[in-house]
Amino acid sequence: MVFERVVEIIGEQLGINDVSEVKMTTSLINDLEADSLDAVEIVMAIEDEFGVEIPDEEAEKFKNIGDIVKYVEAKK
Amino acid sequence: MNRRVVVTGLGCITPIGNTVEEYWKSLLSGVSGIDHIRKFDTSDYPTKIAAEVKDFNPETYIDKKEARKMDRFTQLAVAASQMAMKDAGLRIEEIVAEKFGVILGSGIGGIETLEDQHQKLMDKGVRRISPFFIPMMISNIGAGHVSMFLGAKGPNTTVVTACASSTNAIGEAFKVIQRGAADIMISGGMEASITPLSIAGFCSMKAMSTNNEEPQKASRPFDINRDGFVMGEGSGILVLEELEHAQKRGARIYAEVVGYGMSADAYHITAPSPEGEGAARAMECALQDAGITSDEIDYINAHGTSTPYNDKFETMAIKKVFKDHAKELSISSTKSMTGHLLGAAGSIEAIACVLSANEDIVPPTINLDNPDPECDLDYTPNHSKKREVNYALSNSLGFGGHNATIIVKKYK
Repeated sequence: MVFERVVEIIGEQLGINDVSEVKMTTSLINDLEADSLDAVEIVMAIEDEFGVEIPDEEAEKFKNIGDIVKYVEAKK
Repeated sequence: MNRRVVVTGLGCITPIGNTVEEYWKSLLSGVSGIDHIRKFDTSDYPTKIAAEVKDFNPETYIDKKEARKMDRFTQLAVAASQMAMKDAGLRIEEIVAEKFGVILGSGIGGIETLEDQHQKLMDKGVRRISPFFIPMMISNIGAGHVSMFLGAKGPNTTVVTACASSTNAIGEAFKVIQRGAADIMISGGMEASITPLSIAGFCSMKAMSTNNEEPQKASRPFDINRDGFVMGEGSGILVLEELEHAQKRGARIYAEVVGYGMSADAYHITAPSPEGEGAARAMECALQDAGITSDEIDYINAHGTSTPYNDKFETMAIKKVFKDHAKELSISSTKSMTGHLLGAAGSIEAIACVLSANEDIVPPTINLDNPDPECDLDYTPNHSKKREVNYALSNSLGFGGHNATIIVKKYK
């Protein structure tokens, strides 16, 4: 469930209509062409959605969608 | 001999049409773009009317992902620029990017974004402010985005002189080409400030019409019953090009830009200087720059805001500069139809001047039912007028006492 919602948020933030290709191993920056500002906004939206706080130093470690999903699942 | 500068492309999004054809047709037939504000609840506002752009879908011009990161003022400019580029028949692959620039004007910038983000700060705190807030709001970002969309790597800047912004922008772009720093310039302006905070601010200044009962009659420049301006939004873009460059590629030439003048009132933050002294000097400077005499001008697209002060003082300024010829001029304020696009006003009015010189027709001042006795020139009341237009002059006067004038000439 967390995965689906995270993908949905990323799709909204990056204006991706078809998110069916997005997987746990997909990289925000390398695969989805997000820039550093996009990444900040996505983290914010995820914090809002799941009611968690993601410190900057944790967010910087995220390599792919899976890292975000795992972090959220662990904190929820 | 100076390099000559011509207009080879036009684009616009306005309250009376989202293409140049539609805009010009509406102007000539006297269509008003003013209505009740739809964007937000105006119950508490003394002014409840504006000239909003209708049916503008940014995604027609801009990828959804990109559009999300732009304030409306930028979306409008990117759309109008693409339109103008296409109209000019220009393809970036065929031109020297370093000699292709952008100068735009915006009086206010991304105020919608500013208001949204401030609300977020109040409601949710510091950590919820978007990283895109600043790059969406800053006034120069319109010209920045246009350069990215079109691949224009040459001279690039933004003019912020309130309601004179885009006339200054066009004038400056003209000078950039004239002195050889670029061959092609995207010039004009954009504004999107029909927002709760912005309207409240102008209401407090008592600058806007409160004729909420008859929106389409609210903007009535030079009429005795005028009671303030009506805010509009939109963007107008002109492609300026060095004459030989345009000729070499067989471009269609709409008109030539021949003069640019500016001045400061050095008088008051919002009130024009008595008798329009500053505006008169801007017109004189532009005439001098064009190397023509005042009696060669055929048409003036007046600043004509429909405020009691502006229209009276601008009339005095015109009489001061044009003397006996003032009575022979065709004058009009197209703000009677479009509302006042603030920083973008000069851009769509320059387009009106270009088309007027191109087609020998002058758009009207609508709602001019009872002329103010102190406004006693020919303002082309209520109906457009066929007449020869060799030279057209456009005035834009801004808060802060900024006055800017450009002159365009029929291309022969």
